Amino acid sequence: MPSPSPSARSRLQDWLPRLVLAPSFALVLVFVYGFIVWTGVISMTNSRILPVYNWVGLDAYARLFAQPNWWMALKNLAIFGSLYITICIALGLFLAILLDQKIRIEGFLRPIYLYPMALSFVVTGTAWKWFLNPGMGFQNTMRQWGWEGFTFDWLVRPDMAIYTVAIAGIWQASGFVMAMFLAGLRGIDSEMLNAATVDGASSWTIYRRIVIPLLRPAFLSAVIVLAHMAIKSYDLVIALTGGGPGNATELPSTFMYSYTFTRSQMAVGSASAMIMLMGIAAIMVPYLYSELREGRK
Amino acid sequence: MAFVEIQQVQRRIGVLQILKGIDVSLEKGGFLVLLGPSGCGKSTLLNAIAGLQPPTSGDILLDGESITGLHPSKRDIAMVFQSYALYPNMTVAQNVGFPLEMAGIAKAQRDADILSVAKTLQIEHLLDRKPAQLSGGQRQRVAMARALVRKPRLFLFDEPLSNLDAKLRVEVRAEIKRLHQQTGATIIYVTHDQIEAMTLATKIVVMKEGAIQQTGTPAEIYNRPANMFVADFMGSPPMNMLAGKVSADGRALVPDAEPGSLLPLPHVLAPGQRVVLGIRPENIGVEGGSLRLDLPVEVVEPTGSDIFLWLRFGTALISARLAATESPTVGDRLSVALDMARAVVFDEATGGRID
Amino acid sequence: MSLSATAPTRMNRIVIYGLLLIFAAVYLVPLFVMLATSFKTLDEIRGGNILALPAQPTIEPWARAWGSACIGVTCEGIKGYFWNSIKMVVPAVLISTALGALNGYVLTKWRFPGHRIVFGLMLFACFIPFQSVLIPMARVLGQLGISNSTAGLVMVHVIYGLGFTTLFFRNYYDAFPDELIHSAQMDGAGFLTIFWRILLPSSAPIIVVTVIYQFTNIWNDFLFGVSFSSGANAPMTVALNNLVASSTGVKEYNVDMAAAVIAALPTLIVYVVAGRYFMRGLMAGAVKG
Repeated sequence: MPSPSPSARSRLQDWLPRLVLAPSFALVLVFVYGFIVWTGVISMTNSRILPVYNWVGLDAYARLFAQPNWWMALKNLAIFGSLYITICIALGLFLAILLDQKIRIEGFLRPIYLYPMALSFVVTGTAWKWFLNPGMGFQNTMRQWGWEGFTFDWLVRPDMAIYTVAIAGIWQASGFVMAMFLAGLRGIDSEMLNAATVDGASSWTIYRRIVIPLLRPAFLSAVIVLAHMAIKSYDLVIALTGGGPGNATELPSTFMYSYTFTRSQMAVGSASAMIMLMGIAAIMVPYLYSELREGRK
Repeated sequence: MAFVEIQQVQRRIGVLQILKGIDVSLEKGGFLVLLGPSGCGKSTLLNAIAGLQPPTSGDILLDGESITGLHPSKRDIAMVFQSYALYPNMTVAQNVGFPLEMAGIAKAQRDADILSVAKTLQIEHLLDRKPAQLSGGQRQRVAMARALVRKPRLFLFDEPLSNLDAKLRVEVRAEIKRLHQQTGATIIYVTHDQIEAMTLATKIVVMKEGAIQQTGTPAEIYNRPANMFVADFMGSPPMNMLAGKVSADGRALVPDAEPGSLLPLPHVLAPGQRVVLGIRPENIGVEGGSLRLDLPVEVVEPTGSDIFLWLRFGTALISARLAATESPTVGDRLSVALDMARAVVFDEATGGRID
Repeated sequence: MSLSATAPTRMNRIVIYGLLLIFAAVYLVPLFVMLATSFKTLDEIRGGNILALPAQPTIEPWARAWGSACIGVTCEGIKGYFWNSIKMVVPAVLISTALGALNGYVLTKWRFPGHRIVFGLMLFACFIPFQSVLIPMARVLGQLGISNSTAGLVMVHVIYGLGFTTLFFRNYYDAFPDELIHSAQMDGAGFLTIFWRILLPSSAPIIVVTVIYQFTNIWNDFLFGVSFSSGANAPMTVALNNLVASSTGVKEYNVDMAAAVIAALPTLIVYVVAGRYFMRGLMAGAVKG
């Protein structure tokens, strides 16, 4: 046997794993965390059409929160987000429980509820924009069918347009939430339910007292995923309403884009991006932290 | 110097001492079993020998040369893992040939070696199968073939029988013993099963909490356990343990369980000393022996070949092993004979054996 | 799970099936409307019912959408943009999947001090709002001379897809027994040999999941496309939005719908062909660990 001298080759073997990972990690460090810092820096300057580095502190944040438009975006996000999350979960859970009743055509129905998730938000927006078109869409069809007074013109009403965004969003994501709950239901030990049945509980009681509490992890995942998607929603609004009528469906994401790239208010746009990031971090960091800790043994 | 020398091997993770300075040696052709309950550090020691978990300090020598700093692949050691670790995407032949391929051996030579080892282990008909198509026992054989094919200087086995059912375990155990005798290989084998250790080993190392409790031949370990832990760990049912005080003349024990009786000691001890008397169930019978006791039978456990009895002795229960021809019944008083010459005495405070 | 002991009555079953079918119809309506509209003439659309089947089906709108519809200043349909998307998706998916596989391998089988922090940082990167990196990215792409190019979009999608691909492979390889790696090491295999010979051949399921997930995400992306490309270099989603949003001339709803279906087709086909893997990808993206 040769004496154990650490040759260059074996030292390379030791370092190879880290060398393989390094480029990816470097990319993430620079292009995610570096860029976030960069955006943060821009948000503390008075940049307009191009980044300039005149330090003005939190001025852009002050201007951001002085914008009625930004408050509109936040209010819309609150409406859209809360409807989107609660209805998706309610509908998803309802469909999952129905589908869990030994439905013979489950294999046929499940993909129908789920396919919208495969579509791009732009396609979803385009489809719903046409479907909700007051002149030629759904409203017109109902009137042709003899319901003369039927009106569904939310798409063009500033006070209601945000609800059409919620409808399209729910249509797209509720099937996915259904699938998450269905997976949760299928994971429940049926012996426990048989025991409850033997103990004399009705199906309704079993769902209310045993099954739904056991779905806690699925609820948590669903809320996190939906909240995260709501904050990032951009394409759907652009394709469905373009942020309009007026600024009626402005969201933080559309606000950021238009202030940065079309209104030449780059500092304000950056400030809004940082606020969005903080919102997402407030949701994701505790969640990811607890998930990673659980994985640790 | 012995073929395998393990010198003062320690392993620490943070403040945790997994191995507390282990010294073991093994002659060429020996079969060493590392025995102990889970968490005793036996697998960590095996992984240190394999090079998978380097020791924090200490040295491991193979054939006179230190291998402590060597990469696992450079040690010329083969290992059979608990889960067998067969590569799921490769056929049996590819699995067995993999170490040869990594060593750069030509295809023709490889095929010849694979075939010859497959014959030894009677797995020729399985060579084209994937591991998923094999039974547990067949996987076990393939794993051994993969280790054997390299003709390494040392074989390591990490609980290789623990995933097999009881019947298969006995078969494969005999197979491993046959292979050892046939090939004269040097083997280090980890298990928590004292029967495996007794049947296979030429030398047993009993471990607990990262330290060696006793090293010796199977007979030494069984008959002259170094301490109460070893005595209790070896044998099933375990050795009967009766704590008490040495009588005024130093020749008998006054047991706590039945202070009215006197149990003669195998040798004279200091009067008043607190000791524990150990006697194995098979040293309690109906005939012979140096001490007779008349005890009520509480439980009868026939095993087919033997009968285990649980006898009431004051506040304690004593197990005895009788031939299956006896037919005691629960509630009977039975006159049993204790072979006190084969009893062992331990110091109650330290747990160590007193000679 | 199912409640076998409480046999539902016949009435119950009818209500359950009825509800499920009504919801199925509701979920299908937008797709049906898109398809029906795309085969109608403009005259029929103006006078007709959105839920009616086309009276005189025509593929003219599809031909126009593909080859001659006006997007911006050119009138060559969406075909060029469709190919832009393909040219962007294929390399971005392949590169990000390959890197994710290697990263997952290192993070599970060759752990080093600090591996948890590295993974945590890569994982959080999946979830950032991309608005917070848009401005620097635009500057950097400009300086690298690849703004408004497919290469630039490939780079962007690889970088921001790395977190997810790494997550998928890490979770998959985490369940892969360490003993196999140890055994291969003792057999004399090195870092890359173990990956290539032992892990990769067993990775088909997670590769499929990752490829589908990345394909769907990148194909459907709009924000990066609209931010970093324009004109003839835009991907499909951006072109579709421009087509639909353009307000010049007569609004051709049938052409819009045909274009929308074409834009949806690749991901829908993937979904129909490999729905099982599609779901697994979504779930893996939702449930970490």
